[in-house]
Amino acid sequence: MALETRVYQKERNIKFGMLLKASLSDMYQSRFLARQLAERDIKAMYRQSYLGIIWAFVMPLATAIVWIFLNNSGTIKLSDTGIPYPVFAFSGTLIWSIIVASINSPMQSTLSAKGILTKINFPKEALLLSGVYKLLFDSAIKIFILVLFVIIYGVGLNWSLLLFPVAMLGAIIFGSALGLFLTPLGLLYKDIGKIITFGMQFLMYVTPVVYAIPETGTMKTIMTWNPITPIMLTARDLVVGFTPEYLNYFLAVLVVCIPLLFLGLIVYRISIPIIVERLSA
Amino acid sequence: MAQSNHITTNNEVLVKVEGLSKKFCKNLKTSLWYGVKDLISGVSGSSKERLLRDKEFWAVKDINFELRRGECLGLIGHNGAGKSTLLKILNGLINPDAGKVTIKGRVGALIELGAGFNPILSGRENIYNNGAILGFSRKEIDGKLETIISFAELEEFIDMPVQHYSSGMKVRLGFAVAAQMEPDVLIIDEVLAVGDLGFILKCFKTIDSILPQTAVIFVSHNMPMISRICTQIILMDHGSSQFQGDDVGKAIDLYYNRFAENESLVVFTDSSIELSFSEVVSSTFENSIAQLQWGTQLQFLFEFKILSPIKDYEFFIIIVDKEQRPIARLKVNDDNLSPIDGNPSFAFKVCHNNLQLSKGLYSINLAVRERISKCPVFRINGILPFQIIHREETWEPFLLTSSFKTISSKTH
Repeated sequence: MALETRVYQKERNIKFGMLLKASLSDMYQSRFLARQLAERDIKAMYRQSYLGIIWAFVMPLATAIVWIFLNNSGTIKLSDTGIPYPVFAFSGTLIWSIIVASINSPMQSTLSAKGILTKINFPKEALLLSGVYKLLFDSAIKIFILVLFVIIYGVGLNWSLLLFPVAMLGAIIFGSALGLFLTPLGLLYKDIGKIITFGMQFLMYVTPVVYAIPETGTMKTIMTWNPITPIMLTARDLVVGFTPEYLNYFLAVLVVCIPLLFLGLIVYRISIPIIVERLSA
Repeated sequence: MAQSNHITTNNEVLVKVEGLSKKFCKNLKTSLWYGVKDLISGVSGSSKERLLRDKEFWAVKDINFELRRGECLGLIGHNGAGKSTLLKILNGLINPDAGKVTIKGRVGALIELGAGFNPILSGRENIYNNGAILGFSRKEIDGKLETIISFAELEEFIDMPVQHYSSGMKVRLGFAVAAQMEPDVLIIDEVLAVGDLGFILKCFKTIDSILPQTAVIFVSHNMPMISRICTQIILMDHGSSQFQGDDVGKAIDLYYNRFAENESLVVFTDSSIELSFSEVVSSTFENSIAQLQWGTQLQFLFEFKILSPIKDYEFFIIIVDKEQRPIARLKVNDDNLSPIDGNPSFAFKVCHNNLQLSKGLYSINLAVRERISKCPVFRINGILPFQIIHREETWEPFLLTSSFKTISSKTH
């Protein structure tokens, strides 16, 4: 039996293509590890909590309730959204929370494994995959609640709802690609994590999360250029059964994000040893 | 044919390390900034030679070795000599700054036991977590679960959350999982120091059993252990190899010499006597350490100054080894050694015939107490270093004379 040979040296003489292949194959090989890690974190989180899965959607629900109150009480005047405002607001905050979670996921999963990264050699891609698993679990709960909302407010179920997971997959691909690029720097400097939290708060206001895109003005331009807008709108349209207006834009964003995601994986693979060295010392 | 194949695999070099170097930065902020730069050059694939930048130093410098199956390399050196960094490079956790490592086969690392444990989850669940990180599949763990639990001797507590385990129990569980690996190359850092004696013995039994078919790299400060299992040794100092070869005993002596502070320490005195002179009787000295042949006579001279009215004292002469472990004591004096006349000092000589301590460096702790009241009077540690010369390397503290004779067999 031929033994597997590993070479560790300074120069990286492996091509990007080979790195991507190795990265994807490691990800496939380590799917048990990834599942185990995700299962571990989910179990541990819920075992030490009474409210359990309520925490998965309490944040977006609270934000939505605030906006519903602001709108209903007449404190602010929002333009007509075409669907009952509670459904609009809640679908917006839920989808938004999924996007934010996907951006944070690669960094959080890697950072939480800091202790073992510096001591044990295992396929690091498993961390990313476990992050995706956790994301899917969380999103599934959120989507379930969203469907309840849609039924309660009498918007009615549509066949297009079946395509909603595809839109969510788009959101996860977009978020993970962005998150992956931020991860190496974010592991070195705590600032990156703060900037993401901070930045996402502002970004929410230039995305049609709790209000629709205005008809005219600067805001319209900014919101239209924001690549999260098509993801948000397509996802929402699929939930409530409208014809997705921004479908082409959504697909274009996806087409750009997939190669970026692969590039992100390569960068991640190259950077981990460099970062581990600075983490452990 | 199969036989010869087997032999060729046995002689194959499993670990090859050539000119390995690694640098570290002393300042955190600078280190992080270099990290950013390294990220950029890492992604762009720069192949420029890496020189020391400001505030950097070589943590590992120009290490070379080869290791085959069945061989064990010991890495020794003081804290911060670069041993753990070297292990991290060998384990592929960090990349070297120069040189190359080639490793063949499955690599197992006993650097941290119980990686991936979550304190909230039960021992059983954590076996799966830890096993997954070590590279086992679910099926493999299912099959080994019972063995692991019984090896760890935790049958009773396996469904209890790990946070309620004692540290020893955690290590036991971690080792039990790690022991299921069948590595070609095994990297061991000092992880086995926790756990009770029974478990430590069990660990070494396991390691002993996998030694013959594995190439082992072993970091330890436990020199008897090093000399017992290692076939090769590297003594590291400030990142570079100070001594390298298969003369394990010589490296260990060099290691001890770095700590041989010939400073004695008075740990207790009630100010009634004072040690004014002491000596090991020997014809040869090296660095003011007496050199004695194994099997000869050991002789000490002591002289005390009397500070207050003298009483009848007992003199405890304790021989300690290089690690300050007491290993033998000379019988105390039966008679009163104190002077009858009004002499301000007194002296005596102590002899021990047929010295059977094994090769190595020893020193003396001297304790004096009053014979009747047993009250301690004076104690001094680390005096009179002496070295026993013998051609044979022995890691047990004594090499006793023996005679073997053929007799007629009693069972047929």
